[in-house]
Amino acid sequence: MVPAVAHAAPAVVRHKVSSEDWIMRGVLGAIALYLLVAIVLPLYALLSKGFQDRDGNFTGLDNFTEFFTTPALSQSVANSLTISSISTVIVVSLAFVYAYALTRSCMAFKNLFKGIALIPILMPSLLPAISLIFMFGKQGFLTFLLFGNEIYGPIGIVMGEVIYVFPHVLMIIMIAMSMSDARLYEASQSLGAGPVRTFFTVTLPGIRYGLVSAGFVAFTLIITDFGVPKVVGGQYNVLATDVYKQVVGRQDFEMGAVVSMVLLVPAIIAFAADRILQRKQVAILTARAVPYAPTPSPRFDAIMTAFCALVGIVIVGILGVAMFASLVKFWPYNLSLTLAHYDFSLRDGGGWDSYINSVKMASWTAVIGTCVIFTGAYLVEKSKGFLAGRAAMQFLVMMPMAVPGLSLGLAYIFFFNHPDNPLNFLYHTLPILVICTITHFYTVSHLTAITALKQIDNEFESVSASLKVPFYKTFWRVTVPICVPAILDISMYLFVNAMTTVSAVVFLYSPDTALASVAVLNMDDAGEQASAAAMGVMIVLTAGAARLLHAVLTRGLARRTQAWRKR
Amino acid sequence: MKLIKQLTTVAASGLMVLGLGAGGAFAKTNLLVYTAIEADELSMFKKAFEADYPDINIKWVRDSTGIVTSKLMAEKANPKADIVWGLAATSLMMLGNEGYFQGYAPKGLDKLDKLYYDQVNNPPQWVGQRAWIASVCFNTVEAGKYKLPLPTSWADLTKPVYKGHVIMPNPNSSGTGFLDVSSWIQLMGEEKAWKYMDALHTNIARYTHSGSKPCKLAARGEIPIGISFAYRGAKSKNAGAPIEIIAPIEGIGWDLESFAIVKNTKNLKAARALADWSVTKKAMVIYNREYAVVAMPGIAKPVKNFPPGILSKMIKNDFAWAAKNRIRILNKWRDRYDAKSEPKKK
Repeated sequence: MVPAVAHAAPAVVRHKVSSEDWIMRGVLGAIALYLLVAIVLPLYALLSKGFQDRDGNFTGLDNFTEFFTTPALSQSVANSLTISSISTVIVVSLAFVYAYALTRSCMAFKNLFKGIALIPILMPSLLPAISLIFMFGKQGFLTFLLFGNEIYGPIGIVMGEVIYVFPHVLMIIMIAMSMSDARLYEASQSLGAGPVRTFFTVTLPGIRYGLVSAGFVAFTLIITDFGVPKVVGGQYNVLATDVYKQVVGRQDFEMGAVVSMVLLVPAIIAFAADRILQRKQVAILTARAVPYAPTPSPRFDAIMTAFCALVGIVIVGILGVAMFASLVKFWPYNLSLTLAHYDFSLRDGGGWDSYINSVKMASWTAVIGTCVIFTGAYLVEKSKGFLAGRAAMQFLVMMPMAVPGLSLGLAYIFFFNHPDNPLNFLYHTLPILVICTITHFYTVSHLTAITALKQIDNEFESVSASLKVPFYKTFWRVTVPICVPAILDISMYLFVNAMTTVSAVVFLYSPDTALASVAVLNMDDAGEQASAAAMGVMIVLTAGAARLLHAVLTRGLARRTQAWRKR
Repeated sequence: MKLIKQLTTVAASGLMVLGLGAGGAFAKTNLLVYTAIEADELSMFKKAFEADYPDINIKWVRDSTGIVTSKLMAEKANPKADIVWGLAATSLMMLGNEGYFQGYAPKGLDKLDKLYYDQVNNPPQWVGQRAWIASVCFNTVEAGKYKLPLPTSWADLTKPVYKGHVIMPNPNSSGTGFLDVSSWIQLMGEEKAWKYMDALHTNIARYTHSGSKPCKLAARGEIPIGISFAYRGAKSKNAGAPIEIIAPIEGIGWDLESFAIVKNTKNLKAARALADWSVTKKAMVIYNREYAVVAMPGIAKPVKNFPPGILSKMIKNDFAWAAKNRIRILNKWRDRYDAKSEPKKK
């Protein structure tokens, strides 16, 4: 229709570059420059380190040869691939059934189950792992369930990762499932297909891209996660912990750079494959589609409720055990209750200051990140002309997704602490943590913003342009209010992730900027599991409170800004 | 419009509340001190030092030996620290070889035992404060469950009865772990020591990243036996853990918590003040509260729950040899033991 023509116009008719366009380009250029400094240059610093020896001489592929010929190092590649594949299969299967129950059954308490399933998002990945030790360790109360196997090792890693990535996978599958056309089911039924046949011919094909996408996301998250294997990995080495070991234990930054490059490979492959598949995905929902509405079936609903209850109990149990363990005096010999483990001043990790720093850092990340990312997305989506710049931007914003946090953190040390770098003054400050975190979570936030912006007709821009209203007024008066829900979602996403992230910031914090999530790691490392659990609980409570606030705000603001959506 | 105004106000006031600046303490010199001393002792040291030097404000960067060393290494091109304080002498020597430090003889150095500070450079680049000594933590409750006898020697730990019941720190990530390995090699000689570690390896349940963790795990009953260090053991025992702390009869490894002033520090005066203070009797008495062996002779009193006779069991430690051979030993160790699931390579 009309917008399509408007879209094509710049290519055909030479668009006259107005002063307004220069402002747009200026801002877009500034954001591109930010991404250049925040991701491209640090990555270059990291990659070049992999081809150098300790004194900075170029050594070609020597470091890589050493990596692949040292069995203790190369073994980690196989280990990482193994546990990531197993965990991915398990978590996608579980999340699939859970999502199926939430979208295709008539069971009760759907909202409750949905809420419970999202709890792990509020945790640093270290926390489920710590809980697993209290449950399944030598002194665990569920250890007998392992039949003599050890929690420390692949079993523990798989269990921890499944819990950690469950909500991420669930959300993707649920979105795929909610886009189904009831008419297909009616057709299937009237053609005489039973429920099983319908499942395989209608349901599965309809969500196959969603499933594959969920699989890739899970795989990438797991192979790059460092919290779970760090805590329960035992002697089972994986790439993510190897980066840490090389850097922290052996001060071998060159080898650390090599391992983090090896870690980049599966992440990039998964990412590229996902992008290609996304393009193949065609709209299932046409204008004539009828949303699927499940019909009650007592037996099926009961089975689904039982399944969700089981998964729900595990998730709530993980959080409950962490809370309980943080309140117990001396596990397992003295189970009387105490708040002593919440006195962080005597422990590693920076005490309560680290908690306050985390809240500060997360708030800054949410505020600044949302402004930068949303503005950037707006300009990429709505500005005219300047195709090369916009294309470059689109490439830049995708990069952070493919870079594991550990690699990013390491890259930041090399880049920002270089004495010749004019940005050197940022090193060891809170702003560098904010920059790093915004960059780390840039891609998903950007995509959220783009999705919201795509729903707004480009006519708004055209109309205001013809009325001689500058674009920034349209942006402020039309675009931003319409996109309030998406903006809140982005700031929420940034805040929660900034609270829970460990991997990138573990190399960057300083005495004044110790963070709560890193404190969990350090306290666990020092064997202070109860205090580690206590700090983990504080993070969950804070992220949870932010989520509640988000829910209240969304509801309130949506009523005021989204009334136009209703007729 | 009203809504947006409100939002802006909320955001603006939020920004003000968050305020990035730290504020306060303008007149004082901020001394950035990198340390590996356990977190629960730091505030005590800070208070005692600042009472004597009120115009200096200590800022700690506290982490485990491995992390502090790697942080320092990472910042080699552009050091941030003013002084490194309470870090393993072996680590300081390694950093010293990179030209990290400047020599300084603190006032009163002559009162220290010559064993405990740098004898290669004059003035010394590093000065030891107190010794941190290997020990074995043994959980009596868990040992009872598995009917494990109390080990008294390193050799005991290789007996089949302890299979899967021993944890030690990975020397590649923990200073304590390296201290153990280096002491075994110095005690037994290279060949015998690796044979010993082969035998021990079959009994090890897993290697940890931190040196204090094995003892804390033993204290919590996660494992009956943890190879760790005496201070951690005593601390856990004082907290009520059912553990015995053992100093194996063959001799035990140790390292020195030491300090060294960073070469181009902007706060040289304050760094030297801390160095001077650190070799005073007052400081030594504080060191002794938790550690049994300090650098000034005649000060140390026995510390509660330290294994008896620990002083006589300390090996003759050749720091220079350890620092020089560190990477070689770590690589060899990694190739032999780092992946437990792998078949062992000889």
